[in-house]
Amino acid sequence: MKQIAVPFLAALAKVLSGATVRWVDCEPDTVQRVYFANHTSHLDALVLWSSLPKHIRAVTRPVAAADYWNGGPVRRYLASIFNALLIDRKMVKVRNTPIDIMIREIGFKDSLIVFPEGGRNLSGSLGEFKSGLFYLAKKRPDLELMPVYIDNLNRVMPKGEFLPVPLLSCITIGAPIWLESGEKKNEFLDRAREAVLRLKADCDNVA
Amino acid sequence: MIASFRPVLAIFGSDLLNDTGTIALVLVVTISLVILLFVGQWLKRKPESHFDPAIVRTFNKRVSSWLTISLMLVLALLTNKVVTVVLFGLVSFWALREFITMTPTRRGDHRTLFWVFLGFTPAQYVLVAMDKYQLFTIVIPVYAMLFIPARIAFTSDHKRFLERTAKIQFGLLICVYALSHAAALLNLELVTYDFGTSAYVPWKGKPAGLLFFFVVIVQVSDMLHFVWDRLFGRHVIAATVNSTKTWEGLIGAACCTALVGILIQLLFPVTPFTWYGAGFMALIISAMASSGSMTMSAIKRDRGLNDYGTLVTGHAGVLDRIDSVCFAAPIFFHVTRLFLDANSGAYLN
Repeated sequence: MKQIAVPFLAALAKVLSGATVRWVDCEPDTVQRVYFANHTSHLDALVLWSSLPKHIRAVTRPVAAADYWNGGPVRRYLASIFNALLIDRKMVKVRNTPIDIMIREIGFKDSLIVFPEGGRNLSGSLGEFKSGLFYLAKKRPDLELMPVYIDNLNRVMPKGEFLPVPLLSCITIGAPIWLESGEKKNEFLDRAREAVLRLKADCDNVA
Repeated sequence: MIASFRPVLAIFGSDLLNDTGTIALVLVVTISLVILLFVGQWLKRKPESHFDPAIVRTFNKRVSSWLTISLMLVLALLTNKVVTVVLFGLVSFWALREFITMTPTRRGDHRTLFWVFLGFTPAQYVLVAMDKYQLFTIVIPVYAMLFIPARIAFTSDHKRFLERTAKIQFGLLICVYALSHAAALLNLELVTYDFGTSAYVPWKGKPAGLLFFFVVIVQVSDMLHFVWDRLFGRHVIAATVNSTKTWEGLIGAACCTALVGILIQLLFPVTPFTWYGAGFMALIISAMASSGSMTMSAIKRDRGLNDYGTLVTGHAGVLDRIDSVCFAAPIFFHVTRLFLDANSGAYLN
């Protein structure tokens, strides 16, 4: 059942969002990566995941909020289709932090899709990054951190709406960054944010 | 030779193209496009070409998209009318996507846009496929044009209200309503003027021939406009809107297109028009096609874009290709229907 549903839903997500994917200064690869993107719509994780090539999709898991994706059978089914890694935002413990869960779940095989702004951004500008990305990079310095800029999906399905309008969107994936040795948390997070902003500028230039 | 294609057509089970003149026109157009395709490739390979590489690139892009359009149209017509209407519907849908993506809308427009995309757009084409002339000609100009502002007013966002309303209305009118008239040509039950008896008699040809005639004339007009601009263009119409379109191009293209229209009608009688009628229709199509390109250029300039294609990287820019078709289709449909449709009755007077 899943063999049919996954490609079908991935194709549907791509058609509905009219997404084009651009790999700028990088190539699709199955090495362990963390794709970090701006977050403006519930569709972000689904569309970004669907836009990856099939063999990469198979080893990539979007990190999503458990309170939203466990709400109702449809969302729960979708989350299972897209192999989402659900994190409970309210149940954060000192011993078992979301970062620990992520690292445990991916092992030495899977890649992740994360949205370091934490929540969805209404204004369309890029908010400050939460520190999770830094701790992830610190505990697993071997992961390639790929900046991603998602353009126009907030118009396809804005916050508070449940029906999508099939406009066109664009996903730009940029060259990986790593945590430099001795780099401070804020420096690193600013650098990561800059990487996404550069892709945004790149997107605007092309248009 | 033409007759030997008829068994091939039978495989597809559609008789829309089963007309000697239409088959001949389709073959001639396809073969000329393939030749142009090779010419373009040859120009591209010439190392010390004295042609501007930008022009060669534009030429190649145009030719390959025309070939795609022609082949898709022929395949659809070979299958049946519904498939052809669906094809036009998909093109409309994609063009509307490009248009709205380019146009800034606000959060408050979301639900309106939903109905425009998934309500009015499919409804228009369903009505065209069902041949509901009374409905498909007014659903968008009356019902949608009133629905859009009302639906936006029901949201609490009144900022730039008229502007937002007009943008969505314009997009729907051009991309969906106007283009659907090209598909609606297949519905016409036409009569033709018989010089022998000096009376109107039912036309024996196929409406598919008329549709193909229309698409070919628009393409020819686009190409002639380009050539005339390059060779004889002196007086630019509106430099701030489009720096390449000239009065010489507009008038030269219209006149030459009229001659091509006459020639096509004399060689392959695919339309119910007389030879001068065909020339007159080609003239109208060319004038409307040029107006369409100018209008879309003005919108693009206003948005600071060169092509709809670069708007979201990687997309082909459907709107760039069909702007002239969109403007010409409703006028061509209406003038044809006014004079030569068996149901309109105008010919009796």
